[in-house]
Amino acid sequence: MRSEWRAPLLLTLAWRNLWRHTRRTLMILFAFALGVWSMIVIAAITRGSMEQQLDKSILNLTGHIQIHLAAFRDDPVIEHRFLPPPALSAALAGADVMTWVPRVRVPAVIASERESAGVTLVGIEPERERGLSFIPGAVTEGRYLEAPDDPGMLLGRKLAERLETGLGRRVVLMSQDVNNRVADRGFRVVGVFDTQPRQMEEAYVFIGRATAQQMLKLDDNITEVALMTTDRDHLEELLARLLVAVPALDVQPWTVLEPLLVLTRKITDVVLIIWYAIVFAAMSFGLINTLLMAVFERTREFGLFQSLGMRPAHILGQVLVESLILLALALAAGNLLAAATVYALRDGIDLTSVAEGMELVGVAPIIYPAWSAGDLAAANLLVFVLGLAASLYPAWRAARHVPVEAITRV
Amino acid sequence: MIMEHTVICRHVSKVYRQESVAVQALTDINLEIPKKDFACLSGPSGSGKSTLLNLIGGLDRPTGGEITVDGQRVDQLGKSELAALRLHKIGFVFQAYNLIPVLTAIENVEFVMQLQGMAAAERAVKAREILHEVGLDGLEYRRPGELSGGQQQRVAVARAIVSEPSLVLADEPTANLDSKTAENLMQLLAHMNQEHGVTFIFSTHDKLVMDFSRRLITLHDGSIVNDVRRE
Repeated sequence: MRSEWRAPLLLTLAWRNLWRHTRRTLMILFAFALGVWSMIVIAAITRGSMEQQLDKSILNLTGHIQIHLAAFRDDPVIEHRFLPPPALSAALAGADVMTWVPRVRVPAVIASERESAGVTLVGIEPERERGLSFIPGAVTEGRYLEAPDDPGMLLGRKLAERLETGLGRRVVLMSQDVNNRVADRGFRVVGVFDTQPRQMEEAYVFIGRATAQQMLKLDDNITEVALMTTDRDHLEELLARLLVAVPALDVQPWTVLEPLLVLTRKITDVVLIIWYAIVFAAMSFGLINTLLMAVFERTREFGLFQSLGMRPAHILGQVLVESLILLALALAAGNLLAAATVYALRDGIDLTSVAEGMELVGVAPIIYPAWSAGDLAAANLLVFVLGLAASLYPAWRAARHVPVEAITRV
Repeated sequence: MIMEHTVICRHVSKVYRQESVAVQALTDINLEIPKKDFACLSGPSGSGKSTLLNLIGGLDRPTGGEITVDGQRVDQLGKSELAALRLHKIGFVFQAYNLIPVLTAIENVEFVMQLQGMAAAERAVKAREILHEVGLDGLEYRRPGELSGGQQQRVAVARAIVSEPSLVLADEPTANLDSKTAENLMQLLAHMNQEHGVTFIFSTHDKLVMDFSRRLITLHDGSIVNDVRRE
């Protein structure tokens, strides 16, 4: 006597019931699609902004991974230099490393004819810094360094203003060499760079790597290797390889070097989840209300179903399938709308009119929305699963009618 | 010869509670409906006709007594078992037609067979045959809103008997029909009774239905006051 429920009838009934009140169904569909759209688009903009901020911070001399002598991070001085072992070059030759660069980074004092300031001297290989740090694209006056032994210096605009110096002028750089003696050398300012945050302009001066080594008597020693990988979010394999290749060195990913960025990312995730929850809460009231109205209007019909032999579980399934179709349509529409919006904003959202204030807090003046599979999946899954859960109450109400009461109800 | 009964009621009673007041709808009903019977429950409004029909059909539960349909104790079945009994053994025809508004005539007729798990091709053939038999050729794909009251009631009859149940319960089936349509419907039901051997129990005020019935059971204030067989 067991009855077999056949999906086509369930779907037919659900689909046609949905369109019994076309206007109502369209309104709830629109509301839901709007909710899904807002979830995805806001997530894309927030994620885009956050990822831009992260990428920019990584370009601010951090890279995806940095390698130092163990004590360097706590005390970044010339004593904590190292000679790159051959095994390091071999380990960095993998396809997962896009580019890497050796640097000399030590504290120094810079002096002009009028002022002096404490800075961080960074000795770079100019060409290899492309794609790894901000400096190759930041020179707005003069020229970029041409070779590791370039005798010139790059100075930040803010520091140049403070030292009352500028392009073509000479400055003196002082630091400590490997013999603990004062090393000083005059440099001509060959380029002035502008960057954000502007504190970077005051904090760093750039010279050629070989020039720095010569000035500080480092020979081939360096203090830092920075590298860029193909995927900054999956560094485990490369880190393991580097730890094996250079066990005596301190190999750290950007997540350790820049804990604030990791925290920002986590906060973004939490903010998005809260946003999803708020939007979904508003949507779920609409869904429950619509389904409850539909169930109330069809009390007689559910009584009829029962009198014809439909089991309560099937009636529950009937309402859930209606909800499922509604959710699927709303998700499809919401996703399509969101895709169209993100496509339309592919050239970025220009916020230059308020850029100065935003840049102070690390937000780029042009925000490029970024799709994230995780955000998309979270929004869709949340709406789908919680939507079905919210439908359980109306469905349960429909299934628990006593047939005779339902069938005799006017 | 031992007579087989489709329905047996023993000391059936039903009390409705309306707030704190108890209303005795049925009192000590004892009734046997043999197979292939064409019986009619009559009586004034509030006499308990529809209540008794609903109890026999498992749409409601008795307060006391036993009800057996086709050998199964209806009063002892759970919700799912009752649903299965209604699905396989009982057909219903209601006063207000009660068709599923979003399904066409043929889909309404196929509905029960689909619940029973019958193959699509088989149920389509059976649905067409029964719609032909009730005179609805050409109207298979109309929805209830596009059919007249008489046509809707014919669809309801077709749905009730298409899966060949043991028992059809018809609650005031002619109440919303004009006299000509009502007579046609009763002729159809009598034909079904004779051709398909289905047991019919009606509840009605309508003299026409009583005239068609072979057995007239009269209720008053929840009790059977008369039970006459007319061969």
